[in-house]
Amino acid sequence: MTALAAPPNSPPKLAGRASAEANRRRMTRVAYGLLAPTIIAMLVVVAYPIVQSIIQSFNSDASGIDPKTGLFRAGGFVGLQNYTNWLFQQCQVGGVTQACPAGSPQAGFYNSVFVTFFFTIVTVALETVFGVWMAFIMNRNFRGRGILRAAVLVPWAIPTAVTAKLWYFIFDPSGVLNTVLNVNVLWLSDLWASRFAIIIADTWKTTPFMALLILAGLQLIPEETYEAAKMDGSSTIQTFFRITLPLLKPALVVAILFRTLDALRMYDLPAILTGGGGGGGQGTQTLSILVVKQIQQSNDSASALSTITFLIIFAVAFIFIRVLGANLTGNAPKARRVAKEA
Amino acid sequence: MKKALRVAAVGATLALSGLSLVACSNGGGSSPAAQGGNDTGPITYVQGKDTSGNIPKLAAMWNADHAKEKVKVIQQSDNADQQLQDLTQHLQQKLSDYDVMSTDVVWTAQLAAKGWLQPLTGDYKLDLSGYLPSVVKSGEYVGTQYAAPSVTDSQLLYYRKDLLGSKAVPTTFAEMMALCPVAKKAGVDCYAGQFAKYEGLTVNFNEVVTSNGGTVVDEKGKPTLDTPEAEKGLQELVDAFKNGNIPKAAVSYQEQQGLNSFEQGKLMFLNNWPYMVADIANSDQAKDIRSKYAIAGYPGKSAVGGHNLAINAYSKHKGTALKFIKFMESEEVQKNRVEKESVAPTLSSLYSDTSFTDKYPYLVPLKKSLDSAVARPITPYYNGVTQAIQNNIFQALQTASTGGSVDVKSVLSTTSKAIEAAGSGS
Repeated sequence: MTALAAPPNSPPKLAGRASAEANRRRMTRVAYGLLAPTIIAMLVVVAYPIVQSIIQSFNSDASGIDPKTGLFRAGGFVGLQNYTNWLFQQCQVGGVTQACPAGSPQAGFYNSVFVTFFFTIVTVALETVFGVWMAFIMNRNFRGRGILRAAVLVPWAIPTAVTAKLWYFIFDPSGVLNTVLNVNVLWLSDLWASRFAIIIADTWKTTPFMALLILAGLQLIPEETYEAAKMDGSSTIQTFFRITLPLLKPALVVAILFRTLDALRMYDLPAILTGGGGGGGQGTQTLSILVVKQIQQSNDSASALSTITFLIIFAVAFIFIRVLGANLTGNAPKARRVAKEA
Repeated sequence: MKKALRVAAVGATLALSGLSLVACSNGGGSSPAAQGGNDTGPITYVQGKDTSGNIPKLAAMWNADHAKEKVKVIQQSDNADQQLQDLTQHLQQKLSDYDVMSTDVVWTAQLAAKGWLQPLTGDYKLDLSGYLPSVVKSGEYVGTQYAAPSVTDSQLLYYRKDLLGSKAVPTTFAEMMALCPVAKKAGVDCYAGQFAKYEGLTVNFNEVVTSNGGTVVDEKGKPTLDTPEAEKGLQELVDAFKNGNIPKAAVSYQEQQGLNSFEQGKLMFLNNWPYMVADIANSDQAKDIRSKYAIAGYPGKSAVGGHNLAINAYSKHKGTALKFIKFMESEEVQKNRVEKESVAPTLSSLYSDTSFTDKYPYLVPLKKSLDSAVARPITPYYNGVTQAIQNNIFQALQTASTGGSVDVKSVLSTTSKAIEAAGSGS
């Protein structure tokens, strides 16, 4: 009976599996159909400029001037020349490749790399410390907490360009800061003063962002853990380092990653405050400022530089996710595993 | 299906990048400026932001007489870099929507070298004999006129006549420096121009070099800074920064900061543009010095500023565009613009018309400056050249202002090399 029953049973089973398969395929098709507009939009908006910029970076837009008419001669494919020009600080003078003289954009490349990383490390460190501190204050229960939280957000809510202009007036040689401190510091042209002017303005502006992300993380820590710690006689410092910080880490890492990536492409603050100047004239010239300056001279060389900048930022993000296990994709177990391995 | 989609996606990307390749190859090369054909019809005139509100009125004046060739005015931002960027974007795509363009004097070469400007030759020849020669020259590139003079500008010397007393107004940099003890005695700074790292520094550097008989680049765009004249010019600035005749803070001065210092009575000599006259007349902080200052021509050779008018090579109505330029150049319009916009006219005869200059006294010292004024480097690589100058000269002045030693000769030699590298397009 069972032997007889089996054959009629299996075809429907097979049919069931086949229809499930067909079903899934249909679902997939529908899903792709629904996603198509988004994918196409992403291709147009994201992929196209990137691809175009990379293509441009291998070209030269003009290869000199026709001495008779004064018109530009069309350029063409130049391979990696735009990249090597930046990385090895080379210039082509009269068709000969040689080391760039001071004052040409390529000669300022490593200075810009240093400035960019210097700003990133110092501002992110300061913003993390102040951010944690502010988050702790905002996390306490006290009267007027709502007002405080709103007030803390104000610097973040002001557009960066406005912030920059605001600080521009504060840092003016005859501005508020020099008057109040009764000093005569050239905040926007001295080498280190201008760097710290930008760090101060940036920290003032973006600490609230950090504080809010950290506050969100703080509020996820259950009250019971603190109670338990108190029962066990843990001191405040022990509680902070043994309980708060480890539990805060996922939120903290994401906040630091976001800020780092943001700081690495810093443009508007130094552009408005110092125009990239300071010291000998390039003291606050970040990579993004160098890119924008170069666009006016040569699109293709600027494309190469922006690709280099993109790769640097990409590498930093990659290292971050690998080493600190920042959980961005929602794959928490994997991120935790990676973090543990690291 | 998945595969098909992936292929489609790759195909789309390739197609798009193909497009971009096409877009890229549009750059230099042949000139689209076909000669002849006096096509007429409605046109567009584009210029930077008009704060006076006078340009639309001029357009209305033109439109009243030209019903079939009406002009539409488009105003760009008030930032020169953004204006140039806007023009570049339109011209790169060969758009015909801008017919007449107001171009800064330093843009002529770079726009012309791309083949974007209609040469003003043949059917488009204009009689420019009555216009200031230094300004006409600023619209010229490789022996061809590409832009017609519209409004000009040159720097003036603003000075405190109460401090100067009966002493003669300086006509050279050295004479001015010799007067600095007067400022010191009065407890004010002696001289300032524009020495922050931006276009103003190129202007001021150009001035000290040309005032001593040197040039920054030759006609072919090759740097000519390895000369005793150029050395003498830069040495003047370096010395003045070193001995404090130019205040240390001046390395951060653009037009406005220098003006602030002058208006607050902290400065004896200021090198600045004519439009500061209006500011001193109205600004609250200037009330103490308003009756104590005067203006004279720049002590030496000023740089030329201002804007020219050029026709888009892709314009569909070049005939009307040319007529409109002639209208803008006319004595009537030039006078009107002096009255309404306080600009410097380019028609020579206006400066010798005493009934006119009596009404606008700033025109007299301005003419003195303009007579000897010299254009900034004319080169299609202007952006690179001005960056090369700014980077090197700023560093030298900054060092001098903090008391460091500056070897003028080696600074100029590095600047030359950087200009040459910029002129090679890298």
